[in-house]
Amino acid sequence: MQSLTNRSKQVVKQELTFAEKIYLPAILNGMKITLRHFFKKKATISYPEVKRDFAPVYRGQHVLKRDENGAERCTACGLCALSCPAEAITMVAAERNKGEEKLYREEKYASTYEINMLRCIFCGLCEEACPKEAIFLTDRIVATSLNRSEMIYGKDKLVEGVNERIDISDRQTSEVIEFKRIRIFSITNCNCWN
Amino acid sequence: MSTYLLIKIIIIVSVFLISLVVAMYSTYAERKVAAFMQDRLGPNRAGPFGILQPMADGVKMFMKEEIIPNVSNKFLFILGPSLAMMTACMTSAVIPWGKGLTIGGNFYPIQATDVNIGILYIFGVVSIGVYGIMIGGWASNNKYSLLGALRASSQMISYEIAMGLSIIALIMMTGTLSVREIAEQQAGGHWNVFYQPFGFLIFIICAFAETNRAPFDLPECETELVGGYHTEYSSMKLGFYLFAEYINMFISSAVISTLYFGGYNMPFIGRFVTDPNWLSMIGTMFLFGKIFFFIFLFMWIRWTLPRFRYDQLMNLGWKILLPLAIANIFVTGMVMWWMGKLS
Repeated sequence: MQSLTNRSKQVVKQELTFAEKIYLPAILNGMKITLRHFFKKKATISYPEVKRDFAPVYRGQHVLKRDENGAERCTACGLCALSCPAEAITMVAAERNKGEEKLYREEKYASTYEINMLRCIFCGLCEEACPKEAIFLTDRIVATSLNRSEMIYGKDKLVEGVNERIDISDRQTSEVIEFKRIRIFSITNCNCWN
Repeated sequence: MSTYLLIKIIIIVSVFLISLVVAMYSTYAERKVAAFMQDRLGPNRAGPFGILQPMADGVKMFMKEEIIPNVSNKFLFILGPSLAMMTACMTSAVIPWGKGLTIGGNFYPIQATDVNIGILYIFGVVSIGVYGIMIGGWASNNKYSLLGALRASSQMISYEIAMGLSIIALIMMTGTLSVREIAEQQAGGHWNVFYQPFGFLIFIICAFAETNRAPFDLPECETELVGGYHTEYSSMKLGFYLFAEYINMFISSAVISTLYFGGYNMPFIGRFVTDPNWLSMIGTMFLFGKIFFFIFLFMWIRWTLPRFRYDQLMNLGWKILLPLAIANIFVTGMVMWWMGKLS
């Protein structure tokens, strides 16, 4: 039979030679191997002191972005909630009043925006669906809790601070922006949604 | 007389303490060596580099709930680990830890007692050690414990024979049963291992089997016997069994280095140091260096080799090591006869 990997070895059943029968050379060989490992660099990372870097594509706790003037980008269109396979996102939309232009970017905004972190599977589809570049997944870890209600993150935890911006440049690369632009263009033009 | 007694007591207590401390840190070293050989770091949280780990383990062992099974024989159940611990500590009495100190014109050998049948004493005490395991396993009234104990005792008895025979060749050469005299004869680099390499090999294999260490750790073979003879044990009684194993390891390392590797004799050191007290202290240090090497060897082997199957173990003991040991005696006798050393 043709071998698939070229790594298969022909098994030969032979009487053991004397050196193999007395085991000692094999034992010494094994001891040599373990001794080599004894002086090798260890694979362990001592966690609290040393932390591993996240992969650039790591998807952790969400952030609701503000624009450069500090106004919330989210317009409560609901596409993220619609795209969410785990149905973790809920929101209530509200109309912007006069004088709130500094707070909200467009006339409509989310008065409440909640993500249930127990339901969320961190797939990133909300981020992909968002037409306003408002929601992103970051490399922050969602802290555990002993309490289910604490795991429903509201706007207080999700929206970034005006002066404490969350860096999302790893997620929002030029390729991603380009991809989103083309896709929105193709969706609006293809008429496949009727 | 009173100073003699005082010094003896000091030696006995310090030997006792040292063997306990070494055994304690052997558990730490075992975990570190195991970790290093598997590319891990090992315990490193309790104190710097984890050196307080043995204390933490000891505290844990004492705090654990003490369970004595209802169906067990309570007296024997408690006697088992006590016996294992006692015999483990007794062997160190005849091992010469150093040449001796001259204090106030009197010479005090660093040894609890120099029995003229020291080797027989060691063998006697070691074979009592089987009872600790056997009684513990039987008193638990558990089939796994009993099977483990049976394995342990038959293993130890079979390997004791090969061990004894390998020592006989050594005794034929040295002509004495006193451990101190055997150590003295090896002064100046005439280590017995050079004259008896074969006997040494048999002896060290049997020592591994006697201490129930891998690759001969069948008595506590987890895959087949749950925990082996100490399945029913908990708390410090379990700790005593485990601890006895480490003390045994320390003592066998000491016996190996004394019988085959020159004991406290350090070759060439006489050229640099002349003061006999200092010489003796350095010798003791050298002996401990050798002991630590052999403890490391025990661990090294354990984390390298897989466990023997039981029939392989018995085959090795009875069909290979025993005939080899007898052949070794024969060859030793022939060589001695040829060299005209037989009177």
